[in-house]
Amino acid sequence: MTIIGWVQILLFCVIIIAITPILGAYMTRVFSGERTLLSPILRPIEVAIYKVAGVNEQSEQHAVTYTVGMLLFHVGGFLILYALMRWQQWLPFNPTEQSAVAPDLSFNTSVSFITNTNWQNYGGESTMSYLVQMLGLTHQNYLSAATGIALAMALIRGFARHSVRTVGNFWVDMTRCTLYILIPICMPYALFLVWQGIPQTLGPYVDATTLEGAKQTIAIGPVASQIAIKMLGTNGGGFFNANAAHPFENPTALSNYVQMISIFALGAALTNVFGRMVGNQRQGWAILSVMGVLFITGVSFCYWAEAHGNDALNALGLTGGNMEGKEVRFGIIGSALFAVITTAASCGAVNAMHDSFTALGGMIPLINIQLGEVIVGGVGAGMYGMLLFVIISIFVAGLMVGRTPEYVGKKIEAKEVKMAMLAILILPLMYLGWTAIAMLVPSAVSAMGNPGPHGFTEVLYAYVSQDGNNGSAFAGLSANTLFYNVSGAVAMFVGRFWMIIPTMAIAGSLAAKKTVPASAGTFPTTGGLFVGLVVGVIVIVGGLTFFPALALGPIVEQLSINAGTLFSAN
Amino acid sequence: MLREIRPAIVVLVMLTVITGLVYPLAMTGIAQVIFPYQAKGSLIERDGKVVGSALIGQEFDSDKYFHGRPSATTAPDPKDPNKTVAAPYNAANSGGSNLGPSNKALIDRVQGDVDRLKKENPSANVPTDLVTTSASGLDPDISPEAAYFQVPRVAKARNLAENQLRQLVSDHIGARFLGLLGEPRVNVLLLNLALDRLSAG
Repeated sequence: MTIIGWVQILLFCVIIIAITPILGAYMTRVFSGERTLLSPILRPIEVAIYKVAGVNEQSEQHAVTYTVGMLLFHVGGFLILYALMRWQQWLPFNPTEQSAVAPDLSFNTSVSFITNTNWQNYGGESTMSYLVQMLGLTHQNYLSAATGIALAMALIRGFARHSVRTVGNFWVDMTRCTLYILIPICMPYALFLVWQGIPQTLGPYVDATTLEGAKQTIAIGPVASQIAIKMLGTNGGGFFNANAAHPFENPTALSNYVQMISIFALGAALTNVFGRMVGNQRQGWAILSVMGVLFITGVSFCYWAEAHGNDALNALGLTGGNMEGKEVRFGIIGSALFAVITTAASCGAVNAMHDSFTALGGMIPLINIQLGEVIVGGVGAGMYGMLLFVIISIFVAGLMVGRTPEYVGKKIEAKEVKMAMLAILILPLMYLGWTAIAMLVPSAVSAMGNPGPHGFTEVLYAYVSQDGNNGSAFAGLSANTLFYNVSGAVAMFVGRFWMIIPTMAIAGSLAAKKTVPASAGTFPTTGGLFVGLVVGVIVIVGGLTFFPALALGPIVEQLSINAGTLFSAN
Repeated sequence: MLREIRPAIVVLVMLTVITGLVYPLAMTGIAQVIFPYQAKGSLIERDGKVVGSALIGQEFDSDKYFHGRPSATTAPDPKDPNKTVAAPYNAANSGGSNLGPSNKALIDRVQGDVDRLKKENPSANVPTDLVTTSASGLDPDISPEAAYFQVPRVAKARNLAENQLRQLVSDHIGARFLGLLGEPRVNVLLLNLALDRLSAG
């Protein structure tokens, strides 16, 4: 570990804290329907969309209608994406003549992109046409991100309002989020990425003759426009197989740093939006502090493990940390920091191969996702995931003093607590269940890319990542099989929507409640005690559910390496 | 509920067109005008022929050139399309080895490379990045130590003075951004192009 490494971590935190209130103020204006600097240009487009769609922007929806609209929207998005992949060989923008994507892979990929997971059982440059990359994948990168933010706004309105039946209008939230927030940031961002070296072209792959006279086919394409939203929307699906490790997705140390900031930007800003809308920004900062404590802990541990390196390799005389599966331009800190950020948020882009991390270093990304990706989290999803944990924490605090718990003026009652528990428990049920089933299916076991406990970790990580809608992988697992494609799609679908539906039930129920004024008996939710309590609840709930599985994977692997035991296939 | 079907279709189609066609095509048009070199893939030409991309590593095997890092990329087996064969620096199928830390195959591979490099240059420590595969399999860079490590071999193959090559390497070291971000590195393709010019001149 080096001073420069720690400075990079510290600077990252400072930048996130600095942009949170700025973006938060802007997003609050957008979702409150106020005028912004961009309104003169964007307002006519927005109005045109409402007109054709028959949407009255003044008319708001009940939580149930809001959810139904969201589901219908996803059915349509799924069909478009599935059809594009199945028919790409007959459609334009296919200079590399990619053939139709197999049905099970198309199914898995479609679910993957509509749920903001962006798990990829394929290599982008060897599978997808430019049309699929743009019209199918770039577009779902936008819309799944906008959906997450819209749902978080609905829940935030549930807390902020009182005695009403509505939580906002889904169509208005989607349109405003896409037009006023995502596109205006992505346009300059994409050009910055091109400047750094990311290609943006519709031309075919380039054939080069190397200095030694060999032929090298270099995959290019409309990459930068997709990478911008992939990062900002915490999607994480790569244009290329190697994702953000590919020099054309992440060419420089500067592009790497900016990409890391953009993963956290909107998720962190939503804590501030929450604070503003409930009338006290300190409520938002308290939540960001919870995230910060968990984040710093994870980064420190992962950085230490990777900088220490693999003892089995250090014994051969290697120094300077674990560089297997990492790029020279990012080094240890640029890779470890990225890995923690991408899994704390539900991004899932990778700039180093998590499969080749040290046993303990690779455990941190796994734990981040298992905790429910509430450390900033996916845009929107992290915010509502964290508020679910807050509800549980407030409930626990209420039990301690024997008083009906309340949070930002809302009484938290049986319905909210039950719904929060339902949403929180579905995650481990899915990934532990599917991992157990996979262990009993011979073809699923033989798809492991590594022998011994590391192979088990690959399978566990695959379901944790899909269930948590992250999308990063221990990529040695050959997961493009019927079993993994279908079971993974189920995990992604349930992981997304089974969490959303109870969340929206809470939003509707909260919006209808009266606000109770704070009294001397109200538990203060802006101080250190609250932060400590929420951190504790997250760690305990998480620890109780997944620690046994970790013991079978990374922990036993590290103990084996310490004991000098290695594993070989067959 | 049925009232939501029309907005679902219209909003979906309109946002799809805006984000999936207008946005990427507009970005392509603008990028091609203001950053044409990067937008086309940072391609390098020599004598009118494309020899590679400044950002994409390529395979160097001969003693006359500085070598990049080991690459784990693969290509479909020409005999059996369901299998793959090793194809280092395949820029149409990026990827890493994905070997786990306790996998004997990883340790054996590194051991073999360390032994080979120790014979090549017994006087220096084997640089870690020269015996570990990169994440993309296309890493264009090596560490400065890895470049200096290869100087004796290249000097001998080219009949050049080691001092001259050391100077060449030192001229090609890319520094950290603002002295803070990233790691010092040497772009192997650019270094080898300069090396060819040095030998020719």
